[in-house]
Amino acid sequence: MNERDILFLESAFKKYYYDHISEIPVPDDILHREFGYQKLGVKGMTRHIQVKDAGQMRVMFMKTVPSDAYCSNSYYSFPNLDMREKDWRGADLVFDIDAKDLNLPCRRDHVLAVCETCGCSRMERERAEEEEKKKKKKKKKEGKEGERGAGEEGAGGPNLECGSCGQAGRVRPKSLPCKECITASKKQVALLNRILRDELGVEPDHMSTYFSGNEGFHVHVSDPRFRELDARARSDLAGYVMLSGLVPEALGVHKTSGLDRAELPDLGQKGWRGRFAKAAFGSKTKRAETISEMSKTSSWAAYARFEGIIREVSGDVGARIDAQVTGDIHRIFRMPHTINSKSGMLKTACTGDADSFDPYADAVVLDADETVSVECGCPVRFGLGRKRFGPYKAGESAELPVYAAAYAICKGFGRLAANATTVNAD
Amino acid sequence: MLVLGKDEKAKYPFLADAGKYLQEYGFELPQFGTDPILKDIVDKAYERVMAATSGSVYKSGLADGRAVQDRMLDVEILSFLFAIVLIKLANRHTLVRRFALSEARRAESYLAGDLSDRRDRSRVDMARRILHDLFGLKVEMRDYRYLIPVPDYLKHSSVFHEREWKLVNRQVEDGHVILKPDKTVRLIRHALTTYISEKIRDSPVPDMIPGLEGMVAELVAVADKLTPAYESTGEHPPCIKHAINVLKSGENLPHSGRFMLATFLLARGQPVEEIAPLFKNAPDYSERVTMYQLNHLSGRTGGVKYNCPSCDKLRTQNLCFAVPECDGIITPLQFGRRRKAAQHEQQHQSSDVEPAEEGEPA
Repeated sequence: MNERDILFLESAFKKYYYDHISEIPVPDDILHREFGYQKLGVKGMTRHIQVKDAGQMRVMFMKTVPSDAYCSNSYYSFPNLDMREKDWRGADLVFDIDAKDLNLPCRRDHVLAVCETCGCSRMERERAEEEEKKKKKKKKKEGKEGERGAGEEGAGGPNLECGSCGQAGRVRPKSLPCKECITASKKQVALLNRILRDELGVEPDHMSTYFSGNEGFHVHVSDPRFRELDARARSDLAGYVMLSGLVPEALGVHKTSGLDRAELPDLGQKGWRGRFAKAAFGSKTKRAETISEMSKTSSWAAYARFEGIIREVSGDVGARIDAQVTGDIHRIFRMPHTINSKSGMLKTACTGDADSFDPYADAVVLDADETVSVECGCPVRFGLGRKRFGPYKAGESAELPVYAAAYAICKGFGRLAANATTVNAD
Repeated sequence: MLVLGKDEKAKYPFLADAGKYLQEYGFELPQFGTDPILKDIVDKAYERVMAATSGSVYKSGLADGRAVQDRMLDVEILSFLFAIVLIKLANRHTLVRRFALSEARRAESYLAGDLSDRRDRSRVDMARRILHDLFGLKVEMRDYRYLIPVPDYLKHSSVFHEREWKLVNRQVEDGHVILKPDKTVRLIRHALTTYISEKIRDSPVPDMIPGLEGMVAELVAVADKLTPAYESTGEHPPCIKHAINVLKSGENLPHSGRFMLATFLLARGQPVEEIAPLFKNAPDYSERVTMYQLNHLSGRTGGVKYNCPSCDKLRTQNLCFAVPECDGIITPLQFGRRRKAAQHEQQHQSSDVEPAEEGEPA
């Protein structure tokens, strides 16, 4: 990102914070939290910051104009000291749901491969296919066998070259707004909230759901009963939410003694047993049929069959959270109502009706009235702030509202046009 | 504050106030070395400690948790208290650990019996009070199943490594985990062991009791033989083999997999220079970056040596490819580790003990 783009974004972010500083919620027990922030154009993160009160927090925002602001979910005696000396006292629970991890087929149509050096972009799938072809050719030459799937996960490796500028290691996958991804993520959030409330006994007052500002959701649980759980207990809890690690014995299926009918999950049961039974059997009749079928086979065969069923349905029965995030007690998390520099959008609380929440409109907070000239290169259309933008040919100049210009620059496929007059620049 | 009768004190002697108890009886410690009346107490105490060193549970003379004779009750309580005196005199940590575990398991069987008692509700209530007052476990009862709040369950279950203790393998309803009485008390075994260990640790160290030097020396000798020594088969665990194969075939090993492989090999004593070539086939290999990262992980730069992740962590990262030989290990480093043969010799036989149970939390 060049200096003009940085100045433009900082100016837009500063205006937002100036107008909305009082809307940033002050974390509970602020004195014992660790704060951190990043600034555009500056490598790394400044963290291990202790903030005494709301006033000091607001001053920090106004003075630094962070590109990203973070606060720990943990409580420490000495948040400003090194990790080993902080004296961990407890932490809120946090769950992270990322649309990227859902691996939906729609991603082929809205993930770009963007070169962070020259700003050129193309569809990530095209880049991956091309890379795969090159690899196959190379392997053929070397007479080697074996293939590796081309996917988003393997993209953006440090040695990949940009097709335009030839620079290695700066091509990154960037996802554009997609309603399908958001709808699927919302479903996961709803399932997670149901599990937390109905099965794990978390009071709704202790649960807050946020759109992350890019393409994920965070669910924060401030229930003090969970605060002292260590990393292992949190990983175990994450395993429950994901239905990961379930063994047939827990379903009443044993290797040697066979089926324990009283323990087999039933459709009307509470907790994951009911959810599992619905996904595995579908109906009471099918459940009875499956069980009767299994009881005719050997206990080993029944066990193996149930292992198969578990593998098949676990992904659908459990919520697709990032277990590492929940298990890590030393992270700092993006603060609610602050800007995410991956998109220029806000980490927004999802209150009220989740279905009607549209993050690509509700989390767009930068100026919509002013426009600015941006050089873009984006091969697909995208919707933001209830408007449609693109596609743009490489280097095409477009007059965009500030929020869309910021989005294009944050995503890396846009930069201020040479003749652009930056708005709100100080 | 728990008010206990003599019966309860015999079942749960760690709840008795040792100093007060001995005072009540008017005993002085030196008497235990010479007084023939106290010999059965000393012998029982020794037996209790020896049972613990063989990984067994001392079986008391209580019938259904109740004393047949009053004297027997006294012996039960006093032998526990005097066992602590012997352990303090022997001054070996392994005796503390093993004795605490053995006594925790003994108490566990009484607690499970009390929680399942359908005739005498007062026994159920007493057991529930012990769980609450000592371990903060507020359990509700529903048809002789016990409902434990999820956070409380997780606090205690996180020390177990067996899959059955994972929350996902438990019946969970309305914020509670539902357990049978035996599993309810099994849940607090680690906390109970810690409680007894602390009780021993906090007891004063007495002067050597004349007449008991030989007995104490025997305990010291047994404890010294029990200090674990291990040898390794040298074979890599399946997770490490998988990671090496992925790299050999030129495929991409995720960052977490590279971290696991590097920290594992570093912990096994392999030098950085020997580990680095393993990553040569990685699609994004850079010698400079690899060396920098390995040096960082080894603690050569940065000053912090990173540990190999636990099996639990690897499971959540989809890096675990467990085989039956992985049973009971909690980190890949324990794979193929066997106790040296000499250690197996030390098995003490006693007619008053039950066989050891599998699957202790580490």
